[in-house]
Amino acid sequence: MQDINVSVAEFLDHHGDEIVDAWQRRTFFAGRTGGDCRAVLNGVAEVVLAGRPEDPTAAGFDAIRDLLGEIAMDRIRRGETAAQTAVTLHDLKPPVVELWTSSRDGDDALPGALRLSTALDTLRLVAMELVGGESADLVEERQQLLELSTPVIRMWDGILAVPLIGTLDSARTQATMEGLLQAIVDQQARVAILDITGVSTVDTAVAQHLLRTVMAARLMGAKCVISGIRPQIAQTMVQLGIDLGDVTTRATLADALAYGLRQIGLVVAAADNH
Amino acid sequence: MSGPVSAQAIHVGSDLDIVRIRKVVREHAVAAGLSLVDQTKLVTAASELARNTLVHGGGGEVTVSTEGDERGTTIRLVFADRGPGIDDVDKALTDGFTTNSALGLGLGGARRLVHEFHIDTEPGRGTTVRIGFHAPNRRGR
Repeated sequence: MQDINVSVAEFLDHHGDEIVDAWQRRTFFAGRTGGDCRAVLNGVAEVVLAGRPEDPTAAGFDAIRDLLGEIAMDRIRRGETAAQTAVTLHDLKPPVVELWTSSRDGDDALPGALRLSTALDTLRLVAMELVGGESADLVEERQQLLELSTPVIRMWDGILAVPLIGTLDSARTQATMEGLLQAIVDQQARVAILDITGVSTVDTAVAQHLLRTVMAARLMGAKCVISGIRPQIAQTMVQLGIDLGDVTTRATLADALAYGLRQIGLVVAAADNH
Repeated sequence: MSGPVSAQAIHVGSDLDIVRIRKVVREHAVAAGLSLVDQTKLVTAASELARNTLVHGGGGEVTVSTEGDERGTTIRLVFADRGPGIDDVDKALTDGFTTNSALGLGLGGARRLVHEFHIDTEPGRGTTVRIGFHAPNRRGR
């Protein structure tokens, strides 16, 4: 009788098109090419042929490790949990095992099914191994992103403020700035305050975003004030060569509010009877 | 934070990696005992150069390490990419020179923020920028 490992590997090879077709309709491979499915299938066939379906370090798995990790990470980046990804990986097993058992009725049906099952369990392990190492980083990244979601606050009738916090990066800063410009229209604001007390680094990209927002707000008829430039940020900006030009700046948010109130013709005065 | 911070290599492939680099550089800066102003200068320079690696170099790798010798502690950063390289380094270091619509202060500005700055580039072969930042006084051990 032919070696069972050879039989199973040959089966995977002969039924490659059917398996690839079934896999492409499974969630794990959604949006992936048939070539990716084929590569994973070839990896599985290789470990079965080598008689090492239970070994995550087998050469066949090495060849597809990066691809599997990439697909799994991609799914998690789009909001899937690691547990959900593990389930979508598990879904790859039934079509293969069912196809095998339906095509065999001899003595090799059971041992072959076991080998396939083991190889696909190990495949799941290989894919999730990479996810385990990366997901902690992802949680951290998400938190940093959350940190950047900033509300537009109405300080007074006609005065808006955006307290920018944490690390500013292009996409998120852009979203915040767009939110501010929209709020200027919606609330007919005449003064917009960008408070950067909570910002740890102002590099040229961040400065450029700030300057562009100030210019856009100006075009919309609102005055923009940047407040909360801390000493270390001020010194760094000067050395970096960032010129805020004629942009109004104030040391603190309170000063910026006082400036804003004056701009709209209001003053803060002490009450007579205190 | 105490104890030495070992050398770390960070892949630069997205904006989020720049956030991570700033975090790692700040940890090295704090561990080396830099003042808040110096921390900010170094982190800002790292942010500029990492963004260059990403935007102009098409991604690459940043290595952060802290070295100590008899003269004191130095934080060293290497930004390496295999991008198109820089045709005219002097021009690229000039304030206001930009190939996109950025401010054109990044490279020259980063050089002003640090103590050592070395750029190694060749058109078609990528760019490697090495910077060093000295801690003002050595800490006892």
